[in-house]
Amino acid sequence: MKNKSLVSINDLSKEEILRVLDTAEDFEKNPRQPVLNGKVVATLFFEPSTRTRLSFESAINQLGGRVIGFSEAANTSVSKGESLKDTIMTVANYSDLIVMRHPIEGSARYASEVSKVPIINAGDGANQHPTQTLLDMFSIRKTQGTLDNLKIVMVGDLKYGRTVHSLLMAMSAFNASFVFIAPKELQMPQEYKLFLKEKGLKFEEYTELAENIKDADIVYMTRVQRERFSDPMEYEKVKNVYVLQNYMLDETKPNMKVLHPLPRVNEIHENVDGNPKAYYFTQALNGVYTRMAIMSLILGLK
Amino acid sequence: MKDKKHLSVSAIENGTVIDHIPAKNLFKVISILGLDKIPNQITFGTNLESGKLGRKAIVKIADKYFERDEINRIAIVAPHAKLNIIKDYEVAEKMLVEVPDNITGIVKCVNPKCVTNVEKVTPKFKVIDKKNVSLKCYYCEKITDQEQMEYK
Repeated sequence: MKNKSLVSINDLSKEEILRVLDTAEDFEKNPRQPVLNGKVVATLFFEPSTRTRLSFESAINQLGGRVIGFSEAANTSVSKGESLKDTIMTVANYSDLIVMRHPIEGSARYASEVSKVPIINAGDGANQHPTQTLLDMFSIRKTQGTLDNLKIVMVGDLKYGRTVHSLLMAMSAFNASFVFIAPKELQMPQEYKLFLKEKGLKFEEYTELAENIKDADIVYMTRVQRERFSDPMEYEKVKNVYVLQNYMLDETKPNMKVLHPLPRVNEIHENVDGNPKAYYFTQALNGVYTRMAIMSLILGLK
Repeated sequence: MKDKKHLSVSAIENGTVIDHIPAKNLFKVISILGLDKIPNQITFGTNLESGKLGRKAIVKIADKYFERDEINRIAIVAPHAKLNIIKDYEVAEKMLVEVPDNITGIVKCVNPKCVTNVEKVTPKFKVIDKKNVSLKCYYCEKITDQEQMEYK
């Protein structure tokens, strides 16, 4: 991974993924390693974010690096009409590594072509968010002890949710089986189901939540967003169907963990938060270790 | 009964004849190959009867030969095109176009939020289905199918 950009989870081999997870594990044991001493990392967030930006910046700071950047495009030259290319070429002069979130899909790949320093994609519209996928995998391996042969239940917006698509692709290398729970309007797109069929991996589809999570190893919740529905009546009908409640976890497997990329709105009831099976806040913490690992590997410091 | 009038497109001494172009895509072929920008003598016929294509077009370019990579660029718009390489009025070689592994330029990405439709970026695709011509965008990773294709 040294000096290579990380744009899409599909760019990483299975071995590279495992290397990231192993390195992240090392940082979890000892998070204050000054490996980024003397390095400047630019965080360019053309779109708002809480966890991704702050966990990157926390990771950089804990590793002794320096951060420059912006958290919205409004007070930069982008608002004067500067092209993405010009912004990237400029910032590449000021930094050793660029972390970028941008609403336009494919913008990170393009940035990686014009930049002389590596780019880490922190989300390009609905396309890719590879560091999220890696921290999800880190969380899965940490809680299950393995990535192999797991049953992963995905709930909510499976049509537009980039995190579930990337996680599906990545976990397909580890013989996972899948359960998709979504309203009719937001079901897993055909191309991903075809992909699983070609790989010979099992999947099931349901519209009901409670009875279909009992044999899950991982329940991966996502937000059902109002703006995804063409018919507001449809949203009203489903918005409370996909709410995970504490009692639903009673009959689930003891090793089961609930994951969520966050932010959540109401799809996980707050009465779940105290349950030992709720893992989403620790998952957000794991984002720091995973991002430490990714940056160190790309800069060749690990 | 009057003699049927034949449209005869004159033979060329040296050059390339591209046959079996779907009539509706003739001008796309011309633009993809840049035939509108070269000084060579060119004749073309369009809306000719063809059993296979319905209506076909044919282009004859004098004193011009194409590289394999160059000619494969028209595979997207004329997948059944046949080339006759003419030398001294004789067909010296026949060639079929092949859908290439990658497409640069030519086709627009179907995704309006793709960087190639927002910034000044040349679209690039990996061809994931050669038979039905299905393209995966190198940037946004979305699929553009044959029926959705718009040309640059």
